[in-house]
Amino acid sequence: MMMIKHLLSIDQLSTDMIDLVLKTTDSFGEVGTRTIKKVPALRGRTVCNLFFEPSTRTRLSFELAAKRLSADVITFTADSKTSVSKGESFKDTALTLQAMGLDAIVVRHTSGGSAKRLSEWVDASVLNAGDGSNEHPTQALLDLYTIKQRFGRIEGLHIGIVGDVSHSRVARSNIKAMTKMGAHVTVIGPPTLLPVTVGSWGVDVSTDLDAVLPKLDIVYLLRVQKERQVDQFFPSLREYSMFWGLDNRRVGLMKPEALIMHPGPINRGVEIAGDLPEMERFIVADQVTNGIAVRAALMYLMLGGSQEPPPTEKV
Amino acid sequence: MSPNSVPNLPAGGADETGRAWVVLDDLDVKRALVRMAHEIVESNRGTGELVLVGIHRRGVPLAHRVAKRIAEIETIAPPVGELDISFYRDDVGIRSPQEISPTDFPFDVTDKTVVLVDDVLYTGRTVRAAIDALVDFGRPRLVKLAVLVDRGHRELPFRADFIGKNIPTSKMQEVRVHVLETDGVDSVVVYDPRTLGDGQ
Repeated sequence: MMMIKHLLSIDQLSTDMIDLVLKTTDSFGEVGTRTIKKVPALRGRTVCNLFFEPSTRTRLSFELAAKRLSADVITFTADSKTSVSKGESFKDTALTLQAMGLDAIVVRHTSGGSAKRLSEWVDASVLNAGDGSNEHPTQALLDLYTIKQRFGRIEGLHIGIVGDVSHSRVARSNIKAMTKMGAHVTVIGPPTLLPVTVGSWGVDVSTDLDAVLPKLDIVYLLRVQKERQVDQFFPSLREYSMFWGLDNRRVGLMKPEALIMHPGPINRGVEIAGDLPEMERFIVADQVTNGIAVRAALMYLMLGGSQEPPPTEKV
Repeated sequence: MSPNSVPNLPAGGADETGRAWVVLDDLDVKRALVRMAHEIVESNRGTGELVLVGIHRRGVPLAHRVAKRIAEIETIAPPVGELDISFYRDDVGIRSPQEISPTDFPFDVTDKTVVLVDDVLYTGRTVRAAIDALVDFGRPRLVKLAVLVDRGHRELPFRADFIGKNIPTSKMQEVRVHVLETDGVDSVVVYDPRTLGDGQ
């Protein structure tokens, strides 16, 4: 199977490709349990983390994934220490990186479509690590992997995505990925935070969390994006947590085997109650652990293959 | 016969196209594995500190079978590990990535006598990758190599310690080992594209 050169959107991936990524992830999960958590597959390649927006887990996860493959990693964050603060444009920054001869660029940017633009300017493979409110494909893939690890399947599961769907690239990529793999998705949130086009996304829509909770296999909580709340989409954080936050009473409504996921970072006391104990079914740590293996699998498949048609099989 | 079908003929038989020769049939494979099992325990003087590591894909079932034969001789079966060498290949970036099989070492290789088991020894590049992978798991006391078929044409300086059958081949030819577990039949077949003459 030919792998894609750039990963910009879940739309690029066929179900076969997703299966291959998830299968390859198993092997990197195993590498992560070894004493020497490193394989030489991408020795001599250089991966650049290009981050125009704050990130903890995604950046560290990509960095660890590249290092597990023995690639060299350089990191660029657009802050006061770089030329972006001197007014260098995105394109000029890209051309600078192009001149440095990189093999892959992991990009996070505040604007939707920025990863695609970057892929048009550089020869390196571009991996979208979040472009504005558009997509975050590696998050969706690590979520699929985590779900499959726990349930043994994705097809037929009922997944509720709760909260600010409008501003969430995580929700966009996840809805595409989950429905592609045969899951039943219901988005739940205040009407002001559900996109107007949500009806055409192949998902069910609800504004009543208590009514949907008992039916769900997975409750996927989205982060309330305080930094994107320029307009008042809901009256207060307290009201949000009252209607859409997960507390002990609501956990009691869930199926006993249902699990809770969150892309992080968590706003304690907003989308999940501050006093909710660290329960067995809250599998955020699995998501983080699997994130490294999924990203390693992706980089291995994208950079480890030839862009030429495969040569004839040799024993 | 299509090149991907598995001929089930006695050794020495060729298929109707004259393009494939069965070099070892199921009984030959069995005899070869029994002999290799004897040679391994003889050289190791028993099963003490002995482990087998099968290289995916066909080395894995062969390793399990050799372990079973050893158990028949010595009453103790050596532990068997399974190794996928994809991440250690020297042609990453040249050939398209293949599906990866699970690597599983249910033991610590440090201070063990490790016998790597594979189906065909050809260029030696797989062995190089396997040894690199192996030493990431620990420091074996000794590493040996067992192969069902040695077909020659080494590109790296390796030789096998235990060989089922030496089959001199031309580089044009292809040697395929079929095993019951994945192919439904035990056989070693040599394919030669030249005899067909249609440029297949």
